[in-house]
Amino acid sequence: MSAALDIQGLTTRFDTRGGSVTAVDNVSFSVDRGRIMGLVGESGSGKSVTGFSILGLIDEPGRVTDGRVMVEDTDLRSLSPDHLRSMRGRKVSMVFQDPMMTLNPVLRIGDQMAMAVRVHEPMSKTRALERARDALGTVGIPSPEERLAAYPHQLSGGMRQRVAIATALLHRPAVIIADEPTTALDVSIQGQILAEVRRLADETHTAIVWITHDLAVVSSLADDICVMYAGKIVERGTAEEVIGRPRHPYTRGLLDSVPGQHAPGSHLPQIPGSTPQLSHLPSGCPFRNRCPRATDVCATTPPLARFGDHTALCHHPMETT
Amino acid sequence: MTAPLLEIDTVSKRFPLKATLADKVAARLAGRRAGGAVHAVTDVSLTVDRGEVVGIVGESGCGKSTLGRIVSGIYAPTEGTVLLDGKPIATGREDHVNKLTTRVQMIHQDPFASLNPRMKVGETISEGPRTHGIVSASEVTDRTRALLEQVGLRGDYADRLPHQFSGGQRQRIAIARALAMQPDLLVLDEAVASLDVSIQAQVLNLFLDLRRDLGLTALFISHDLSVVRHVCDRVAIMYLGRVVELASAERLYADPKHPYTQALFASVPTLGTGRQDFRPIKGEIPSPIDPPPGCAFHPRCPFAGPRCRAEIPRLTEAGSGRTVACHLNDGGVGQEAAA
Repeated sequence: MSAALDIQGLTTRFDTRGGSVTAVDNVSFSVDRGRIMGLVGESGSGKSVTGFSILGLIDEPGRVTDGRVMVEDTDLRSLSPDHLRSMRGRKVSMVFQDPMMTLNPVLRIGDQMAMAVRVHEPMSKTRALERARDALGTVGIPSPEERLAAYPHQLSGGMRQRVAIATALLHRPAVIIADEPTTALDVSIQGQILAEVRRLADETHTAIVWITHDLAVVSSLADDICVMYAGKIVERGTAEEVIGRPRHPYTRGLLDSVPGQHAPGSHLPQIPGSTPQLSHLPSGCPFRNRCPRATDVCATTPPLARFGDHTALCHHPMETT
Repeated sequence: MTAPLLEIDTVSKRFPLKATLADKVAARLAGRRAGGAVHAVTDVSLTVDRGEVVGIVGESGCGKSTLGRIVSGIYAPTEGTVLLDGKPIATGREDHVNKLTTRVQMIHQDPFASLNPRMKVGETISEGPRTHGIVSASEVTDRTRALLEQVGLRGDYADRLPHQFSGGQRQRIAIARALAMQPDLLVLDEAVASLDVSIQAQVLNLFLDLRRDLGLTALFISHDLSVVRHVCDRVAIMYLGRVVELASAERLYADPKHPYTQALFASVPTLGTGRQDFRPIKGEIPSPIDPPPGCAFHPRCPFAGPRCRAEIPRLTEAGSGRTVACHLNDGGVGQEAAA
């Protein structure tokens, strides 16, 4: 089976007054149809910039400097701006944290969704509205026919996010990039959306990249996980492997610092220090200043340690326990 | 047995909605009264003992932040009283409120918004105690340094401005500012919600250390069930302005009784291997402007019956200091929630 999304060596730099920083550093991963890839990291790890880079949505002073982004058989980076625009929303679409980044506040839901249908596929407005209505039904919106006439402000945050997901689904894209889509929602609404997304991936065979800081969400939703730190993917594997047998000390530290698995009131294991600034990264492994396993060798570029399909960018990966 | 430090007694808070002319006309035509109110908090009673940390958990619009602000004296309750050490906090008599509210200090969610960007952090920390005469002018510098060190920062950071600090460090500064007032009660409103998980662990550890060293009493408001489990002794679950369940953290997490609490636990993704089978709560949170009659949770509740639609369930004892507001649990001690 060929991958719906295959990224090789993606690199994005931002030229700032303080010099050039590499926000996405030689990132490679692929997602097969119907699978969910969780891209996890803390603030500033480059996970969102990776998502935007895939769609070519990086603005000045940033630029994608290297890499290949294959969506099915097309390299998005080789396309002209017009051709790339015709791919966005049709072959690969994006869901943002704030659904109002997708929705136009002064247009009815039906009108803007029909517009999104017809921009890629000429058809009558009636048929486009039918397509929109069906998409709303797919994401679990009750009485979708009536919602077509509603304006975004008449819907709750959870409903708006469903509309944004339905809009992303209109053309049955091969790939959906979802950037923290449930972070702003309440847990009961998040639970509903996660259940729908899981079902959508299974039924429509869309490949989904789910960008999040929330380890609990990816561990329960994703098939595969990439952990990002300072612009690099430091660990990659199936969700079960990465959560159950983390190999990179950073992943281990992140997992340990989640409360709820420790005796109440006990000291939580913590990662010392704070996320480094991309302009002042230490040489070699970017995590070594905070790492309990670091030695002198960590000042040199860490190798990719392999454990079957499970990889970690580390001189001293964790042993299995 | 001493009296509790904080007593919240049948407190309600309604925010009136301003009716526009169009609303008034529409209401007149429909034969209703114009202008409603947001029922933010309804009939909440809660006590916090000295040295205790009580968690307030709920989703958006459940009234948890409003309750925190009432306790801090920012809002006056529409009905009910809040007593700190037996004396009213929020009576609406301004002079009285000013004196008492220094004894309750609040720590907010967003450390980027809660610190004055143009004020050196030393000034931010010392402003309150100086204004209220808690420290003398000669002690200010030393005290500020000591407070910064107490929250794990360097004493000489006092001369820096907020933009020089990360989110986690700013939250430490906000904690130092609250502690500077030597408060009897801390109100933490989603104090770790905006922090990355590795930084969140650092701030939670600091809170646990301070609690142990200073015997802090706190209301810990959060939507994050695992954080609340980690730091709280007792937990109140709120839904649409009311407390629906109140129990020790241990009992609540081991055996939630209210169908909303159960559903909330079932919707939370947990860290673990293997796909989780989500059993989300159906439907959405109703509007606090026009809450459903009877039990506010009944439109989403899998066990709702005719009585739930008509009668508001009262908080009743369900054994071992647990109280639940659900008709299913009206039978009394030890009865299982219908499954």
